[in-house]
Amino acid sequence: MTEFTPIASLVGGMLIGLSAALLVLLEGRIAGISGIAVRLLPPWRDGLFAQRLAFVAGLVAAPLLVSAVTGTPVVQTVSADLALMAVAGLLVGCGSVWGGGCTSGHGVCGMARLSPRSAVATLVFMSTGFLTVLVMRHVLGG
Amino acid sequence: MSILVNLALGLLFGIGLVVSGMSNPAKVLNFLDLFGTFDPSLAFVMGGAVIVAFIGFRLTRMRAAPLLAPAFQLPTRRDIDSRLIVGPALFGIGWGLGGFCPGPAFTALGLGAAGTLVFVPAMLAGMWAARMLAERTA
Repeated sequence: MTEFTPIASLVGGMLIGLSAALLVLLEGRIAGISGIAVRLLPPWRDGLFAQRLAFVAGLVAAPLLVSAVTGTPVVQTVSADLALMAVAGLLVGCGSVWGGGCTSGHGVCGMARLSPRSAVATLVFMSTGFLTVLVMRHVLGG
Repeated sequence: MSILVNLALGLLFGIGLVVSGMSNPAKVLNFLDLFGTFDPSLAFVMGGAVIVAFIGFRLTRMRAAPLLAPAFQLPTRRDIDSRLIVGPALFGIGWGLGGFCPGPAFTALGLGAAGTLVFVPAMLAGMWAARMLAERTA
């Protein structure tokens, strides 16, 4: 059970949207995390490696900064089933790159750009996400 | 300058993930659990993010070029191909198994959970493999 947090979630979501909007305004690029991450891996084709690394470093630093400022640790529950997490990571990685985006690139930026491709992608990953949790929790009972 | 801007925007994006609760896989999995311990918070994350990004993109569209780069690099494709179904389908299954998508997985790295330390390298390996396969079949 997790607590329903409409205000915090709305405010946090707006910060994500603001970051995405500013990245386009300032740098002209879409804040798709899978696209940024995959281009950190070789071969490197454009001169933006340092920019992408800096963006990811900001992501990594964020919870450390939040807990330092608020004085409370960031609450997080990650599965300890390492085989499951390895499979999940592989699927998230290859699926997001194969489909040209993830929750940020398709789900936030693409939807905000009213892209039909992103609407299809978001509908598909939400559907298989719901189905996977349904199967794991209610069919297999894991 | 550009590197500092990217660091600041990554930080802002990550703070949004933490504040919204999306950096917590348990919250993501409960959002996806419509018939169990459903937590609708993530709809508010998506809603808030899409609304602000929509307004921001509209305002940006009035400009001929971004402020710090020579030109916009925005997606232009409109076609729906099989990759747009297969990729997100696999991504959604992985998301439903682990509760992580790429952004939250990176924000979780510094918190050091064992599951995260397995997930992130596996995700990067999957990304690299998909990119290589895409370039070979293109």
